[in-house]
Amino acid sequence: MEKSIVKFKKHVKHSPGDKVYYAISYIIVILLLLVVVYPLIFIVSASLSSASAVSTGRVFLWPVEFSTLSYEAVFAYKDVFIGYKNSIIYTLAGTLINIIVTMSCAYPLSRKTFQGRKFFMKIFSFTMIFSGGMIPSYLNISRLGMIDSIWAMLLPGAMSVYNMIIARTFIQNSIPTELLEAAQIDGCSDTAYFFKVVLPLSTAVISVIGLYYAVGHWNSYFSAFLYLHSKDKFPLQIFLREVLVQNQFDASMIFEDAENVVQRQGLQELIKYSMIVVSTLPLLILYPFVQKFLKKGVMIGSIKG
Amino acid sequence: MQVFDFEKDIDMKKLDKTNTRTEIQAPLSSKGRFWRNLYRDRQLYLFMLIPFAYIIIFAYVPMYGLQIAFKSFKPKLGIWGSPWVGFDQFVKFFKSYQFSRVVPNTLILSFYAIIAAFPIPIVYALMLNSLTNDRFKKVTSNITNLPHFISVVVTVGILTQVFNPRTGLYGSIVMSLTGAYPSDPFKSAENFRHFYVWSGVWQNFGWDSIIYTAALAAVSPEQHEAAQIDGASRFQRVLHVDLPAILPTIVIMMILRCGKVMSVGFEKVWLLQNSLNLNASEVISTYIYKMGIASTGTTDYSYSTAIGFFNSAINLVLISLVNWVSKKVGETSLW
Repeated sequence: MEKSIVKFKKHVKHSPGDKVYYAISYIIVILLLLVVVYPLIFIVSASLSSASAVSTGRVFLWPVEFSTLSYEAVFAYKDVFIGYKNSIIYTLAGTLINIIVTMSCAYPLSRKTFQGRKFFMKIFSFTMIFSGGMIPSYLNISRLGMIDSIWAMLLPGAMSVYNMIIARTFIQNSIPTELLEAAQIDGCSDTAYFFKVVLPLSTAVISVIGLYYAVGHWNSYFSAFLYLHSKDKFPLQIFLREVLVQNQFDASMIFEDAENVVQRQGLQELIKYSMIVVSTLPLLILYPFVQKFLKKGVMIGSIKG
Repeated sequence: MQVFDFEKDIDMKKLDKTNTRTEIQAPLSSKGRFWRNLYRDRQLYLFMLIPFAYIIIFAYVPMYGLQIAFKSFKPKLGIWGSPWVGFDQFVKFFKSYQFSRVVPNTLILSFYAIIAAFPIPIVYALMLNSLTNDRFKKVTSNITNLPHFISVVVTVGILTQVFNPRTGLYGSIVMSLTGAYPSDPFKSAENFRHFYVWSGVWQNFGWDSIIYTAALAAVSPEQHEAAQIDGASRFQRVLHVDLPAILPTIVIMMILRCGKVMSVGFEKVWLLQNSLNLNASEVISTYIYKMGIASTGTTDYSYSTAIGFFNSAINLVLISLVNWVSKKVGETSLW
């Protein structure tokens, strides 16, 4: 039966109406694709063009007057390295803290007989729809003495309730309760069960939420903007903001020989493109390998449980 | 529910045998059961310790701090010691000229974003799903998901570069068409909203479509076959088979979105804001920041907290309301 249906489907020809539908759909989807891709190509091409080509607006699709000057400028720019180093530290340490806190919260809440499960869930979920807001949070952080310290980057966001619920749902749905019962009969404690059974079976969800957290840390500028004051602690995004949005980049700092104003101005524009590329590079390199995991999180998250 | 209790009872008996020394032997009163379960789950409570401390310190302590919205906060006197002023801070905000600017700005920006950004992922998911070339579908969805992971700073950076009136694409195109450079599009209040909303669409339409694509994958092929036999065209099948299938998902997403009407994020607005587009770009969150943190010397914590409280209270009411409505009407809800 099934085979015949497949055959029937393959041999059927699209009616004229369907052909029009498909044509329109393909065109629209391809247009959307171009809208997404084109700015990205433009940025990369511009970063590989010469200063004069960029400042006179001659770059449209491919690099014009190929040059790596802008990358030399980026690598001569010390702040980029400070930012890179700090961003890597915040991302690694922050994600580690996130995973520890999230999993140790998700595990008890995934246990159906856990006393107080509903109470805890309410306490945690409520923070998703209501919060103290910017000023009380700021006062709180400053009272804890975390202003301008690395802890302000790591602790206030130590767990996202949304990700915790994803992890909890995953543990609940994919680890059979029979396993728990069997372990308990063998005298396995709750702690041992967590380390010996739950953690090894949760690697999929840990990698999903770990990626979410990591991307979040890498991309965040708000908490740094709010809580950090000293330059040597700034993450990359803060320096990016200075250069890209506030135009606080002085080309003469790096190229003293760039004498004439036009050239300097060109460089000032050029370095923006290469900074965008350099700061997004880790993501672009990793994306093809991890995009499957990233998508998975949406699916797990969409199951109400 | 009964099975649930039964399981507990079994646990009780096991506990009775193993822990006769510490536990009460009496019949299971609810109090006794509570302490017994407390003991049984002691390790699990240990797991909850850090997360619970975290949520108290970083979410509930700030909520406690919200009371300064009803006080005249003096850092020396502390949160508790500052004198109460009732609703003075709120009245001050409602009467200020900023109120008639930041509230409409926030609402307009938010509704514009919903109207523009909500339907596109749905249409995109329906279209992509109906296409026949699987490889093309996969590659396309992977590429359109990518911008979601680009940081706000970089997104705004890309935006300002592409729309730069001199060196950007926009400038060059206008130059080659009209022979003159255009004026700076970022320095106008009218354009601010378009930039904000459409850069958001650019970033997220692909990612937001995943949830619909997943729902569409669950549609049984038999439904399509039945419709085909009845002579439905592909477009009709999209309308009458695919769309109804993802309707519950659409409702849930709409609820989630509506609950956030008043919470226009700070980050992107702040990055796109400049002194010339303030008329459209001053929203509640940026105003709070300016009043509470940025203004040196004259920071008014109580006033800015009151504005924030007003904002999140409306949010809370909105999301509860929408949830209630959808429970009544569509039988789907968040809680």
